[in-house]
Amino acid sequence: MSETTTRHIPDRLRSPLEARLKSWESLLLLVAVAIFIANSFASPYFLNAWNLSDATFNFTEKAMIAFAMALLIISGEIDLSVAAIIALASTAMGAAVQFGVGTPGLVLIGLTTGLACGAFNAVLVTRLGLPSIVVTIGTMSLFRGISYIVLGDQVYKGYPADFAFFGQGYVFWVISFELVLFALLAVIYGVVLHKTNFGRAVYAIGNNPTGALFSGIRVARVKFILFLLTGLMAGVAAVCLTSRLGSTRPSIAFGWELEVVTMVVLGGVNILGGSGSIPGVVIAAFVMGLVTFGLGLLNVPGIVMSIMIGLLLIGVIALPRLWEKWRRRVARA
Amino acid sequence: MLQRLISSREALLLGAIAVLLALIATRFPGFIAPGNLAHVFNDTSPLILLAIGQMIVILTKCIDLSVAANLALTGMVVAMINVSFPGVPVAVILAVALALGTLMGMVNGLLVWKLQIPPIVVTLGTMTIFRGIIFLISDGKWVNSHEMSEGFKAFPRAELLGLPMLSWVALVAVAVFAVVMTRTRLGRAFYAVGGNPHAAVYTGLDVGRTQFWAFTISGALAGITGYLWVSRYAVAYVDIAGGFELDVVAACVIGGISIAGGVGTVGGALLGALFLGVIKNALPVVDISPFWQLAISGAAIIIAVAVNARAARVKGRIILKSAEQAA
Repeated sequence: MSETTTRHIPDRLRSPLEARLKSWESLLLLVAVAIFIANSFASPYFLNAWNLSDATFNFTEKAMIAFAMALLIISGEIDLSVAAIIALASTAMGAAVQFGVGTPGLVLIGLTTGLACGAFNAVLVTRLGLPSIVVTIGTMSLFRGISYIVLGDQVYKGYPADFAFFGQGYVFWVISFELVLFALLAVIYGVVLHKTNFGRAVYAIGNNPTGALFSGIRVARVKFILFLLTGLMAGVAAVCLTSRLGSTRPSIAFGWELEVVTMVVLGGVNILGGSGSIPGVVIAAFVMGLVTFGLGLLNVPGIVMSIMIGLLLIGVIALPRLWEKWRRRVARA
Repeated sequence: MLQRLISSREALLLGAIAVLLALIATRFPGFIAPGNLAHVFNDTSPLILLAIGQMIVILTKCIDLSVAANLALTGMVVAMINVSFPGVPVAVILAVALALGTLMGMVNGLLVWKLQIPPIVVTLGTMTIFRGIIFLISDGKWVNSHEMSEGFKAFPRAELLGLPMLSWVALVAVAVFAVVMTRTRLGRAFYAVGGNPHAAVYTGLDVGRTQFWAFTISGALAGITGYLWVSRYAVAYVDIAGGFELDVVAACVIGGISIAGGVGTVGGALLGALFLGVIKNALPVVDISPFWQLAISGAAIIIAVAVNARAARVKGRIILKSAEQAA
């Protein structure tokens, strides 16, 4: 029982929680280094600048969404519709291509679609007071469903040549545009969450929404903004992914919501809200990218990797709790 | 008063289904012929079975997103047993499916009960793990109709009093769980644990253990449905029933089962599933592309949850909401 209490009123136990978080991130960093070393022994192709650069594409798009999702989960909500937003935004861009819209217009359409979807979720959750998990399971079907209605079994192709830059372009040597964007967004989200009033408000809401309301935080408004941000990030990811693939099918980014949530939870964000950090999510992104890429080099099929992701998701939460139980039992004996 | 609210919700849903059927009948009278309605019910039976399990899980403030993967894994295992040992009788196959599904449900339940991992995380994880295991054991290959024995494929189709066994299994499940939920100690415990976990603890109920049983029942129903699904469609592969867990949650939400826990009935789950089943079967008849189905279930979930929340708010369930936050 004491464990449930600490999970729900962490503000009383700030220092041990913070210490644990710090150790969580260092542990994660250790895991990342270990995977890196293991990979370089396992495959001779791993330690190659271009291969490593390719590997970053495994996580950059997902991580962009994971930053916003981290804030959303810290505030006690969740958005399972992000992958479906990618599908809808990509479909909207593909449809615009058929009307001869140029690259700036396409980017605008992608981002606006993401924002609009985020706003739709936000209104349902904050204005109507519906539980976000059900709302976003619903919008997940709705958004992707609209993609299926528009596209059916068809494909949108024919994106303009300069549109390819977002997903395939390199800024400098092996540093891709996506990697730069990922780093930039990591810094922005890190600053917003850890150094601004808005960030503190997000933690406050996650720990105690009623208390936050009584301290003068506009809870509904903060949550509204977080849903908007998550939608916008899904729009950004849609631009990058569509540009990288060069085509749109309604099944694009299928199942990504799971990987994004896994990344956030692996990064040490409490799924029940109230705690977590952006550096943790960044390291988690690298861990997942390295695992996926390393297994890929070893010719492990994609579905086996998804088993790994599932095990990671449960394992990262289960292991500390098992450890805690075991320690308590030893202490009692 | 709560009883009246729930019964009126079900009456409302029954009315909605009747209006839907009437609308379809104005253009295609053949759709409401008894034979066709029986076919629609039979087609919806897997959804009804899973929705009953999901309802019990949702009653206890949890969610089970792994049901479709559980169904697919169980289906693949029994199909492979049938291919390797065609002589194994259907009764044994059913027992294996039940046991395997129950086992997977127990894994979910144990993680929720003993380690207190949030159910959504557990079942998102086991969902991918179960699907992955199907790939590992089948090597990504399909088990096709011609490889399955006749007896294996015949069971869900076998008719009793004019209805196929698949429909009978669903009807029996509805009847059994209607009794379990209203007339047994465990059934009432599901409501108590979801309605007010703190009060449940003080009345001597173990919240985690009750949630464990909810997941176990959900897994068991998914297991049985796994065999029925594979034998009915006479094919097993990694992606069968992909995304079906969303339909199951949709059926529950439409059926008036509150995601906040503690509110819902077997009748609601049944009607919610039938509502989706009628829409699914009506789409090709009224000549709408099946690609519309996903968006329609999505819209149905959103509308249903909005209507549920509105109804709940008027009836002052705010007390329970604050209890939920304190939980």
